Amino acid sequence: MKADESKCVNCHRCVSLCPTRALKIVKTDHTFKENANWKGEVIQDIYRQAESGGVLLASMGTPKDYPVYWDKMLVNASQVTNPSIDPLREPMETRTYLGQKESVIKRDANGKIITKTAPQLKLEIPIMFSAMSYGSISYNAHKSLALAAQELGIYYNTGEGGLHEDFYQYGKNTIVQVASGRFGVHPGYLNAGAAIEIKMGQGAKPGIGGHLPGSKIGEDISKTRMIPLHSDAISPAPHHDIYSIEDLRQLVFALKEATAYTKPIIVKVAAVHNISAIASGIARSGADIIAIDGFRGGTGAAPARTRDNVGIPIELALASVDERLRQEGIRGNVSLVVGGSIRSSSDVLKAIALGADAVYVATSALIALGCHLCRTCHSGKCNWGIATQNPELVKRLNPEVGSERLVNLITAWNHELKEMMGGMGINSIEALRGNRLMLRGIGLHETELNILGIKHAGA
Amino acid sequence: MNGYHHTTPLEGEVRIPSGCAISGIISRSGKRFSGREAISSIAVMHDRSNGLGGGFAGYGIYPEYADFYALHVFYYSSEAKRSCEEFLEEHFDLINLSKIPTTKQHAITDEPLIWRYFVTPLPTKLASSQLDENEYTARCVIKINREIDGAYVFSSGKNMGVFKAVGYPEDVGEFYRLDDYEGYSWTVHGRYPTNTPGWWGGAHPFSLLDYSVVHNGEISSYDANRRFIEMFGYSCTLMTDTEVITYMIDYLHRKQGLSFEEVANVIAAPFWSTIERKSQEEKEVCTYLRNTFASMLITGPFSIILGFSGGLMALNDRLKLRSLVAAEKDDRVYLASEEAAIRVICPEPDRLWYPSGGKPVIVTLEGQQGGQDGHQLPVSGL
Repeated sequence: MKADESKCVNCHRCVSLCPTRALKIVKTDHTFKENANWKGEVIQDIYRQAESGGVLLASMGTPKDYPVYWDKMLVNASQVTNPSIDPLREPMETRTYLGQKESVIKRDANGKIITKTAPQLKLEIPIMFSAMSYGSISYNAHKSLALAAQELGIYYNTGEGGLHEDFYQYGKNTIVQVASGRFGVHPGYLNAGAAIEIKMGQGAKPGIGGHLPGSKIGEDISKTRMIPLHSDAISPAPHHDIYSIEDLRQLVFALKEATAYTKPIIVKVAAVHNISAIASGIARSGADIIAIDGFRGGTGAAPARTRDNVGIPIELALASVDERLRQEGIRGNVSLVVGGSIRSSSDVLKAIALGADAVYVATSALIALGCHLCRTCHSGKCNWGIATQNPELVKRLNPEVGSERLVNLITAWNHELKEMMGGMGINSIEALRGNRLMLRGIGLHETELNILGIKHAGA
Repeated sequence: MNGYHHTTPLEGEVRIPSGCAISGIISRSGKRFSGREAISSIAVMHDRSNGLGGGFAGYGIYPEYADFYALHVFYYSSEAKRSCEEFLEEHFDLINLSKIPTTKQHAITDEPLIWRYFVTPLPTKLASSQLDENEYTARCVIKINREIDGAYVFSSGKNMGVFKAVGYPEDVGEFYRLDDYEGYSWTVHGRYPTNTPGWWGGAHPFSLLDYSVVHNGEISSYDANRRFIEMFGYSCTLMTDTEVITYMIDYLHRKQGLSFEEVANVIAAPFWSTIERKSQEEKEVCTYLRNTFASMLITGPFSIILGFSGGLMALNDRLKLRSLVAAEKDDRVYLASEEAAIRVICPEPDRLWYPSGGKPVIVTLEGQQGGQDGHQLPVSGL
């Protein structure tokens, strides 16, 4: 076997497996003449496009140096006037229900409260695995997520690739997605999951669709997606039956009809400039849950320019959506789930304090499975068996081990979440939700603080 | 110099946590008694306050005006008084108005103008608002407090009244001459705020319509509760825990029609692990209430005494992070932060107990149902 360093993507596979720890990946010191405007990367991109005439493709979340607001918010703790609570001694509750809340209490003829509600998703931990399709990731990666969701009492999401017949058994912990390509959607699929997600957009590529090349559409995927073998799977940019908010309402109710009003409907949108108005429209569309995906969110493949320039950070989107829904008195109509680069339990905690009901994680989950963020998913050659359909590579990921690592990660985060909640004197996650007094900004200017609805540290 | 314009931020401009003492007394037979016992009870707990706020609520004190809303108002300027009275005249029939009688106390200074109005909504205005008279009056009170600078309505119920000031509660009782009033129930509060310049409106009880709350504790869920309740037309102008608790109770009890016991199952909801152990029917109701009103769960330490027409309810946080004692003798029920505050006015109670965290003690007048639950006796905590 011959090594060709020009093909190295820095996936650390060789480094991790080297028995003598002899390898390390270092940056070459070969460089263009220094130029603050025309950086090496910019020049390289031009060479690539001059050769290919094509759109630049990229994977995972944007690596650009945009502000990460999670890192500019600090969390409160109790001192003296209010005791902190020790999660080892006292109950510390993270159970969350997602779905529409009743606005008026109804009673029967005997005065008893009628307890029937709109369908709800019950989460033991306010974290779910975000949509990744079978096709963009491997069978073993999907199985790892399904097994872990089941064990954790949470949910994973099929993405727009349909549901492999082997995974119907995990339906209770599955969110099935309906996206613009409608791949793999049939009545059995819709009824198999615990909830249905309409994917309108994705944080990493707002406003554009998806493309799974025919080379990845093997036997199994072709069957699951219900498309011919080796044909390209192209998801259009818009849903061609949704050109307006009232069209969305029709699809929401079509899906409710198809599932006899037993499943909550999630509408997932990318965080874009007028996200609060969009969310307000969705909250009145009959949807039960709104999922918002921030622009730092991951992707299996996206045009690099879109990924790096379109959309807004999830922190700002979340803060303004939560506030707008409250101003309009309709926050109870929907639950809010946010994703787009949730990296740790403190990101989760801050998201909930800003107003989220729960979060979606995907990149963090893949990293737990072994991903080293080499950002070449679109090549289909993932050395860790995650973002690939090559059987030789797929078998490198053991789903039992993978699910255990996912369970460990989320369990660890939940411990940390409880620890920080206890520190604040909060022993139930619902008392944290939207509790923005628990956050302070650090190094943020007035406009940012106003949008986030928080004070600066020291104030 | 008046108490309203300070250089340091006022209540409402800054959030002020406080520790406190609370006490409540009710005669279940409806026998009326003066505010003296409440003064004696709270005086024992002098060290739980720091002289920055005290107050009382008495129920059944205005029998001659029982059908009218009694508005107690602080004014910090004659202009505020003029604006407020204009507003009141536009919206209500004013049946009677007067200064609230007070006696100067050495320790009570910077008093605002303190006025009392007995009012009833103007029938035409009420009809065109399409609201019931309680909602109409509540909205007017919230509007005055939010919009008329220097005017503050601190009591707005029928046949009840709140009396509060900056000072130690026992001095506040003398200041308002509570010996001269007789009610079937009284609650009282002594305040220990951590950093307030002391504003009269910020003292407790906090009240809306006939609900009044005295509260000891600092709730960690404050902003989650506030941001939720403000969706329903309330404005938390004072930024105090007591204010938000009062609004939540008003919303749940008056607007949603929950019984006081159900209200307790929302604001001090049982832990999920406790709910799982309940009977199927109870489990469904508790899960429903907790899920539907998730953002109204209060966490952090609190003990409250809620006053309402015809009764009192005492409630602790789920972990019982604040002391609360209950006792009964003959037709009386006593509730207080400390046993000593009960024994000083009732040395030998028939029964004395420490209510469990999250379990309400609801006491209503005999033959009258204060809440929809109709509990005639203390219901829990033995």
